[in-house]
Amino acid sequence: MNLNATLIAQLVVFFILGWFTMKYVWPPIVKALDERSAKIAEGLAAADKAKADLALAEKKAVEELRKAREEAAQLRAAADKQIAKLMEEARAEAARLIAQAREAAEQEARAAVERIKDDLREEVARLAVAGAERILRREIDAKAHAELLANLKQELV
Amino acid sequence: MTASAHGPTASEYVVHHLTHLNTLGGPQKHIVDFSVLNLDTLFYSVLLGVLTVYLLYRAAKKATSGVPTRFQAAVEILVEMVADQAKGVIHSAESRKFVAPLGLTVFLWILFMNTMDLLPVDLLPRIWEGVYAAMGGDPHHAYMRVVPTADVNATLGMSIGVLLICLYYNVKIKGFGGWLHELFTAPFGSHPVLYPVNFLMQIIEFLAKTLSHGLRLFGNMYAGELIFILIALLGGTATVLGFVGHVLAGTAWAIFHILIIVLQAFIFMMLTLVYVGQAHEGH
Repeated sequence: MNLNATLIAQLVVFFILGWFTMKYVWPPIVKALDERSAKIAEGLAAADKAKADLALAEKKAVEELRKAREEAAQLRAAADKQIAKLMEEARAEAARLIAQAREAAEQEARAAVERIKDDLREEVARLAVAGAERILRREIDAKAHAELLANLKQELV
Repeated sequence: MTASAHGPTASEYVVHHLTHLNTLGGPQKHIVDFSVLNLDTLFYSVLLGVLTVYLLYRAAKKATSGVPTRFQAAVEILVEMVADQAKGVIHSAESRKFVAPLGLTVFLWILFMNTMDLLPVDLLPRIWEGVYAAMGGDPHHAYMRVVPTADVNATLGMSIGVLLICLYYNVKIKGFGGWLHELFTAPFGSHPVLYPVNFLMQIIEFLAKTLSHGLRLFGNMYAGELIFILIALLGGTATVLGFVGHVLAGTAWAIFHILIIVLQAFIFMMLTLVYVGQAHEGH
């Protein structure tokens, strides 16, 4: 173990190597490391965000589905109500038409009865006059007794 | 290799392995001699340093924020590890821009230099002996040590580098006046009588930090290398016992040494960060 000028030389080499590393080695490697850390952090954040987005989308889908179902139910209920209303109206219309028809028929029937009654009354009166004429023959003047015959017709109503 | 008359003795073998290939061409005579350079230490440390920054540079060039390749991921793990440690001990983001990359380089660089210890102790020196002989040299003087961190010059060179960085940040963060004030008033308090004591303590602290920083790594790697050399000597006896002992001890020590290699590299890097972090804080 002898000391000599190798010591100085080694000292110089030591500084040159240190300087070289500081200048050309350390900065690019540290930069790459930092960039990679940033990239990884970004990736993790993106993954987290995607997960959150997915959860949100799922929630939204469920909500939409629920809304659609509700709407469908509402539409069906409205349609049912509409149908019921139309049926009700149709039924009422039918009932009204039937009642009307019945009324008209009854009226007609009543008029016919009236007419027949009148005809019958006329016939009875004519028969009565004819009978009386036959009975009384000459004694009855149709003209003089027209009032009497009309009264008789009235009584037959 | 039989222990023939031409072979080196155990002592010669060890000494040969512990002698640097330097500008003298032989062992250094004085403990401190700044006219000498250890060529082997310089060669391997620069080679491995270039390999380190080349690998890091390749990873940096291909770095993208997309899916990383295995190589890129491996480098990124290291970068994250050093960045985390730096964040824990240095609170100034501005200082981290230099100190954290330095920590990364130092960690990988020392890891590679320490790993040279796992190569067979005779492999590269033997090749060098051949090359040296081919160039017309005496193979007995073909010295080569392949673990730069087992050379105290390399480790102290780096720890002194850390010391210089600490001094720089002391002045930068506290101002020259503020730092001087701290030198004389910490750790015992602001009183004229305490100024010399404080200053002495501060100097001792800087010295102790730097020396222990460099010598810890050196000591571990030097001891590891020496044990590998001794284990190789066991195999060099060319007996059944020696061969079995070499295989068993070599395997066990190499496996254990993997831990030491990584641990020492990590400790050196951590202490670099901690010392620079301390330079940012007042006492």
